[in-house]
Amino acid sequence: MSIRVRIPTPLRSLTGGQADVTGDGASVVACIEQLESAYPGIGRRIFDDSGEVRRFVNLFVNGEDIRFLQGLETALKPGDELSIVPAMAGGARRA
Amino acid sequence: MAVGTKRDGAVPLTLDEIRRYQRQIIMPEVGGVGQRKLLDAKVLLIGAGGLGSPAALYLGAAGVGTLGIIDFDDVDMSNLHRQILHGHKDLGRPKVESAADTLHDINPDVQVIGFREPIASDNAMDIVAQFDIVVNGSDNFPTRYLVNDACVFLRKPLVDGSIFRFEGHATVYMPGSGCYRCVFPSPPPPGAVPSCADAGVLGVLPGIIGSIQAVEAIKLILGRGTPLVNRLLIFDSLDMEFREVRIRRDPSCPVCGDEPTITELIDYEAFCGGAAASVLS
Repeated sequence: MSIRVRIPTPLRSLTGGQADVTGDGASVVACIEQLESAYPGIGRRIFDDSGEVRRFVNLFVNGEDIRFLQGLETALKPGDELSIVPAMAGGARRA
Repeated sequence: MAVGTKRDGAVPLTLDEIRRYQRQIIMPEVGGVGQRKLLDAKVLLIGAGGLGSPAALYLGAAGVGTLGIIDFDDVDMSNLHRQILHGHKDLGRPKVESAADTLHDINPDVQVIGFREPIASDNAMDIVAQFDIVVNGSDNFPTRYLVNDACVFLRKPLVDGSIFRFEGHATVYMPGSGCYRCVFPSPPPPGAVPSCADAGVLGVLPGIIGSIQAVEAIKLILGRGTPLVNRLLIFDSLDMEFREVRIRRDPSCPVCGDEPTITELIDYEAFCGGAAASVLS
């Protein structure tokens, strides 16, 4: 079960700088739990204390927002791509 | 999808305008009618920094007739590696003044309206209402939510861009198609996202994202092409890769959803828990 996981820049400190890592799991939540075991700390950056996806982070399976699929239970199959996309604010100094 | 064109094609171009813009007028997607739309358009830039600099330069050079720029800041040495509206000679000057001089040097026909003040809940509606399109180059979450909400309330297209180190995002929020809150319902807690000052940013990166924002604004004005609506463009300059994810309007969005609970501007500093101070770039 090979899932391509796209790591955003703010989380790459947890993946040794890797932008892409290989994940495993039959669902989004299983894949992230597996990621947490491989890259400790990444789960806490994605989930809040109640286990929900933080509201400034989005997860996309093959480019589709899991909120409009089956959420964390969205099924994954080999070859799928899971993108982690947090809010970023940079640009000018404060306008 | 053309916006901001009250006099489409009504006023002929002058000889000087034809000479200045000939390389884009000869493209059938622009033509004389499109150039008139650009000349008649009014675009507001939130910030004259990393993103606002290339956006303003290209929009001004393309002949967008009125550019509003809101930025309370002065030019600092640390700005100059990416904020190409400003030069070494401008150190210490208000950015809106430096920006206006640079833009007039490139195209004296552009009307630049500078707002040397922070954008806030007490001025945002009045300022945004004066323009057809808003290009967001702000660096902090309170301003992002404020500008988003004002654009939703006033039904203005918002051409959004953001950057972090070597990575950038760009998208377009059109009235009725969803908004920033649909994608990011609430901001990170203060300190959760390092600022550009702490994390750094490649100077060229906002040049690329800001230029994409300029392209999108021009497309909206012309009513040409396929805008970045419902598509979040993700650019990774280290791998030199562009990709997209699909974003949608959230029917439960508190601002643009079916039953909105936020119907006027709020206290965005409180909403973001003082995040502004932690995300200066």
